[in-house]
Amino acid sequence: MRWISILLGLSGTGAVGFFAVREIIMYPMYFFELVLGGLTRGSIYALIALGYTMVYGIIQLINFAHGEIYMIGAMTALIVATVLGMWGWNTAVIVILAFVFAIVYSCAYGFTVEKIAYKPLRNAPRLSALISAIGMSLFLQNYVMLAQTPDYLPFESLIPDFQFWEPFAHIITSVEITIIITTVIVMILLGLLIKFTRIGKAMRATAQDKVMAALLGINVNNVISATFVVGSATAAIGGVLIACHVGQINFYIGFLAGLKAFIAAVLGGIGSIPGAVLGSLVLGISESFFTGYFWSEYEDVFAFAILVLILIFRPSGILGRHDTQKV
Amino acid sequence: MNTFLKSLTVGVLSMMLFAAPGFASDTIKVANAGALSGDLAPYGISALRGVEMAVEDINEQGGILGKKVELMLGDDVCKPEVAVNVATKLVSDGAQMIVGHVCSGATIAANKIYKDAGIILISSSATNDDLTLTGEHPNFFRTISNDGAQAALMTDFAKNELKVKKVALIHDKGDYGKGQMELARNAFEKMGDVDIVLFEGVTTGAMDYSAIVSKIKRSEAELVMWGGYHSDASKIIQLIKKKRVDTLFMGADGIYGDNLPNLAGEFAEGVYATGPNDTSSNPKHQALTKGHQEKYGEDPGTFFITGYTCMQALAAAAEKAGTLEYEAMRAAMFDITVDSPMGPIGFDKNGDIVGAGFSVYRVIDGKYQQVN
Repeated sequence: MRWISILLGLSGTGAVGFFAVREIIMYPMYFFELVLGGLTRGSIYALIALGYTMVYGIIQLINFAHGEIYMIGAMTALIVATVLGMWGWNTAVIVILAFVFAIVYSCAYGFTVEKIAYKPLRNAPRLSALISAIGMSLFLQNYVMLAQTPDYLPFESLIPDFQFWEPFAHIITSVEITIIITTVIVMILLGLLIKFTRIGKAMRATAQDKVMAALLGINVNNVISATFVVGSATAAIGGVLIACHVGQINFYIGFLAGLKAFIAAVLGGIGSIPGAVLGSLVLGISESFFTGYFWSEYEDVFAFAILVLILIFRPSGILGRHDTQKV
Repeated sequence: MNTFLKSLTVGVLSMMLFAAPGFASDTIKVANAGALSGDLAPYGISALRGVEMAVEDINEQGGILGKKVELMLGDDVCKPEVAVNVATKLVSDGAQMIVGHVCSGATIAANKIYKDAGIILISSSATNDDLTLTGEHPNFFRTISNDGAQAALMTDFAKNELKVKKVALIHDKGDYGKGQMELARNAFEKMGDVDIVLFEGVTTGAMDYSAIVSKIKRSEAELVMWGGYHSDASKIIQLIKKKRVDTLFMGADGIYGDNLPNLAGEFAEGVYATGPNDTSSNPKHQALTKGHQEKYGEDPGTFFITGYTCMQALAAAAEKAGTLEYEAMRAAMFDITVDSPMGPIGFDKNGDIVGAGFSVYRVIDGKYQQVN
């Protein structure tokens, strides 16, 4: 019996492997395109997931309002770009200012959300802070819907179709390559920030032991604020980039993107920064493959199924630490 | 409290219950239900404005059965679950006739309430076949042709005018979009000669559609047929153009109107869509368009004319029946011929419109223009 099951298992894996290899060899460009599409999507997830994972690492809170920060970044960029465009400013200046304003606004929102919704609840049961986060998310969505518009708004790409990129445009567009490169740069900068700067060291210390860090003279409140600001900045960059990619935004885009990024963060091991990046790329590429090789109808089902599987077999995520925690 | 007082209280309370509708009987309450906010609001508001203008005209001419028409509003944001709540509220507030809803999914969900309450429902935009052809919605009428007619036109145009051999059918998994693409698939299979190389649903509102666009490219489809609304269509169209995929794009009335060109900008150029027949040469249509421009300062939206016609049809049926009672109203709906801005129209035994249809349009210089 045992031999039969091993044989069946081997032949099953062999058959799947054979078809996968044959598919890749026959259509290498298609495979390559799906990888690049998945990387683009994964990059956006990563930019958002960083905020989730950093905040969780320090105060063990799932900041559900984070998706809305990403949406506010995109909205701000749209408003700035439209106004400056009407004044007839130079395109390059508009792009830079749109990004700067988006980042500054999102950071301000992230900072304020923490002060209003989470700080008063820091010593309350964790469930209270979680509910506060969900409330903040709904508040921001509805606020933007009422203050702006419930309609979809056209978002003219801030990133033009580069002339020199023309030979490759059918494989990966200018915007997609910009997304991937920007994400890599942001990740490197963030890595340097955490590794070498004073505030980065303070963040790591606070994540390890909040009380001990405070005893050693670290201002824990400032560190937490800084974490929210950094997370909001990367989310804002993600928001502006994705709006350039698909050409439209509305008040609701933060919900699904935030949810997927959250899955990515859990997948990689929530609390771990490399884990969030890895989880995002794994999720982005596997979604892309699933749509490309199977059925796009079940793309979201698949994403959540991965989450369930990971949680069953590796509850702390791909790179998560294995210490048990009370929730 | 003794028994006398108790029964007195019950008696007074129940009299209040019976009296409530009595107070309102000096007007006829007509409700307009549909998406008045949310991303599909442009469709709902275009229809509402048609209904509003028709109500004004009817009241000017003395109302229905000598009573003024009072318009009530219900906003379902095109979501079936919200639509049921809206329907319940409208019925309990005493609506006697309903114009709506705008989206097929919401209409199907809401009509359970109207059917049980015995109220005529007439839609200016819900095109799903099930609403009329299954016989499950006897109280439902519409002033727009059904998806079957639309799918027949789309597939015929694709085969005989565009002369494509390979099509990809993509939908948004909703009642309207998926239903439409299934009809198109059946029509293509019946015609033969055209290969359906892809039949897929996508998640509406998804962050990115790169993978499905790569899939379309690999399928070498010469035409992408889209079942769904304009916001997702805009994302897919932009990616198709940006990724230099050589294919045409065609949708149904879900992407017809100014919404798609506004959202997708230059990328919308060359997109095909089917929409209600262009009846702009009709003098009534011209007068209404002028009235709309004066009142709202812009051109009318997609379902303005069909919305106006809905209200006209309800008024005509009530006058003919001489009462608002359900069976009489329903019988009258089949008898009337309405002198509408689309020309003379009536209803067949299923509740579908007779005397109107669809045409094919293409975006040229940022506006849809008729091509067939």
